[in-house]
Amino acid sequence: MDANTSVVQSSRKFGKSSRSKNIQKAHKHRRNGLIGWAFITPFLIFFVIAIIMPIIYALYLSVFTDKLIGGRVFTGLSNYVAILTNGLFWDGLWRVIRVFLIQVPIMLGLALLAALAIDSARLVGRSAFRILLFLPYAVPGVVAVLIWEFLYGNQFGLTANINTLFGLSLQPLSKNMILWSIGNIMTWSFTGYNMLILYSGLKTIPTELYEAARLDGASEWQVAWHIKVPAIKGQLLISFMFSIIGTFQLFSEPQLLQTPAPNAISSSYTPNLWAYNLSLNGSQYNLAAALAIIMGLITGVLAFVTQNHGSKNID
Amino acid sequence: MSRKNTKNAATVAVSTGSGVRKNGYSRRHSPVLFIFMLVLALYSIIPLLWLVLNATKSQGDILSTFGLGFGHKLNIVENLKATFTYEDGSFLRWLGNTVMYVVIGAGGATLLAALAGYGMAMFDFAGKQIVMAIIIGAIAIPGNALVVPTFLLFAKLGLTNTPLAVILPSLISPFGFYLVISYVQSGVPREVVESARVDGAGEVRIFFQIVLPLLMPCIVTVLLFAIVSTWNNYFLPLIMLNDPKWYPLTVGLAEWNAQATGSATPKPIYNLVIMGALVTVIPIIIIFLMLQRYWESGLSAGSVKQ
Repeated sequence: MDANTSVVQSSRKFGKSSRSKNIQKAHKHRRNGLIGWAFITPFLIFFVIAIIMPIIYALYLSVFTDKLIGGRVFTGLSNYVAILTNGLFWDGLWRVIRVFLIQVPIMLGLALLAALAIDSARLVGRSAFRILLFLPYAVPGVVAVLIWEFLYGNQFGLTANINTLFGLSLQPLSKNMILWSIGNIMTWSFTGYNMLILYSGLKTIPTELYEAARLDGASEWQVAWHIKVPAIKGQLLISFMFSIIGTFQLFSEPQLLQTPAPNAISSSYTPNLWAYNLSLNGSQYNLAAALAIIMGLITGVLAFVTQNHGSKNID
Repeated sequence: MSRKNTKNAATVAVSTGSGVRKNGYSRRHSPVLFIFMLVLALYSIIPLLWLVLNATKSQGDILSTFGLGFGHKLNIVENLKATFTYEDGSFLRWLGNTVMYVVIGAGGATLLAALAGYGMAMFDFAGKQIVMAIIIGAIAIPGNALVVPTFLLFAKLGLTNTPLAVILPSLISPFGFYLVISYVQSGVPREVVESARVDGAGEVRIFFQIVLPLLMPCIVTVLLFAIVSTWNNYFLPLIMLNDPKWYPLTVGLAEWNAQATGSATPKPIYNLVIMGALVTVIPIIIIFLMLQRYWESGLSAGSVKQ
C-alpha cells in the first residue's frame, strides 16, 4: 500500500508526459481496487457463509434422498414432487394465503389511515400517537405471543372477562378462530411499523402540492385520497412487500401458540412450521430443503412481481 | 368531511378537552381523527399495560383477579427475585447469552456493513457491479426463508448447538450495507478523504478517524436495527440450539411458557413467564424511545431503497 503511494507521488513529481500520467492512473486504479476489495472482503466472507452456502447446500440436499439402505441417492426432483403432491403443503399454503388476503389489507388500511392522521394538522397529540402506535413493533415476537396467549385464554384472561360481561363464548384459541387470532397478533405488532413507513413518504410531499388544491376548495379527504395517497405509492409498495414476506414466511406465532392450542395447530400448520418440524428429523432433511426452497421461490417471485408491477405504475 | 361538519365537530373537540382554547384555532381539529387514533392507541397499549400490571401479581392473583387491575398484593419484588433465581438462575444466563449475541452479532454486523458499504461507495474495482447486484438481491431474501437451509448446512458442519450458530447468520445485514452506501455517497465528501490521503494518512486510519465519525447517524441506525433483530430473534436460535445453556431470552421464555401451560411438566410458573417477558421487553423499549429519530430515518431510507 505504502509502496504504491510513493510510486504515485514520485510519478507526480517527475514529468507530466502522457505516458507517466497513464502509469499513474493505472497504479491508482489498481491500488484503489485492492483497497476496495480489502474493505468489502470481511463482509463477503460472512455473506458467503450465512447466505450463499446455505442456499447452495439446500439446493444440493433437495435433489438427493437419504435411504436407510444405500445411503444418499440422487433422486432429481422427486422431493419437490413429494412436497407439491402432499395435501399438507397446500393446506398450509392456503392458510397463509387467507391471512394475506384478509389480515394484510386490514393492517395496511389501518396503517394508511393512521399515517394520514398523524400527517394531518387536524389531529391533536400527533407525536404521542406516533410513539404509542409504533411501540408494539419493539416488543419481541415471542413476548407478543405470550401476552396475547394470556389475553386469549377463556379460563382467565381478558377473553374470559369479556365473555362473562357480554354473555359471549368467544374462544380465540379454538380451531375455527386461531388463524384470525394469529392475524390479530400480526396486526398488533406491525400496524405502527407500516404507519411509520407510510408517514415517512407523506412527510416528503411538498405542501404547495395540496395547498393549491385546498384553495380550490378540495376537502381534506379529497386531498388525502387524490394527492397524498398517490404520492406515497412507493412506500405502500414497500409495506405491501414486507407484508407478503411476513405472511408467507409465518412461523413464530403458530409455533408458539401450539403450546396453549395443541389441537388447533398441526405440525404443518404453515409451510415454514412444517419445514422446521421436518428439519428436526434427520431422515427428512431432504424434504425440508425442498420445502424451504419452494417457499423461498414463492415469496421471492411474489415480491418481485409486486415490485416490478408497482414501479411500472409509479412511472 | 365538509366545512360545516368540522365546525360542529370542533365544539365537541373543545368540550372533550383536547386542549384547544381559541375557537378559531379549534376549527382545525377533527374529533373523528382523534377518536380513531385513540382506539388504535388503546389497542396498541392495552396488551403492554396488561404485561406491566400482571408482572406485579402473584401466580394466584394472575389467575383470579381482573387482568387490567392490580392483584391483592404487590408481588413485584418476589417475582423479580424468583425469575432470576429459578432453576439456579437460568434466566440470568439467558440474559447474558442474549447480550453476548447482540454485542457480537449486531456489533459485528454494523462494523462489517460500514466497512463494506464504504469500500463499495468510495472505490472502483473490477467485479464491483456483480458483487453489488448479488448483495442487493439478497436484501429481498426473507430472513425466515434462510433459517432452515442455514440449519441444514450448520448441522452438516457440526456448528449447531454452539453460540456460533446464532452469531454467524446475525453478522450479515444487507440492509445496513445498503444504508451505508447511500449515506457515504451523500454524506462523505470525496475531497475530505483525498486530502487526508495527501496528508499521508493510511486507509485504515482514514476510515476510523475521518469516515466513521461522519457516518455516525447512519451507524446508529444500522446498529439499532441490528440490535433489535438480534435481541428479538427466535426462529434461528430455536432451530440451532438444544442445550438450554446457550438459549437467548426468547427461546428460554418460550420454554418456560410451555412448562407453564403444558400438562405433563412441572408446576406452572405464570408469574415467572410474565415477569421474564417484561424484563425482556424493557431494554428494547428504552433503546427504542431514546433513539426514536434514528428509527424514523432508517424506515424512510428503507422505503426509498427501490
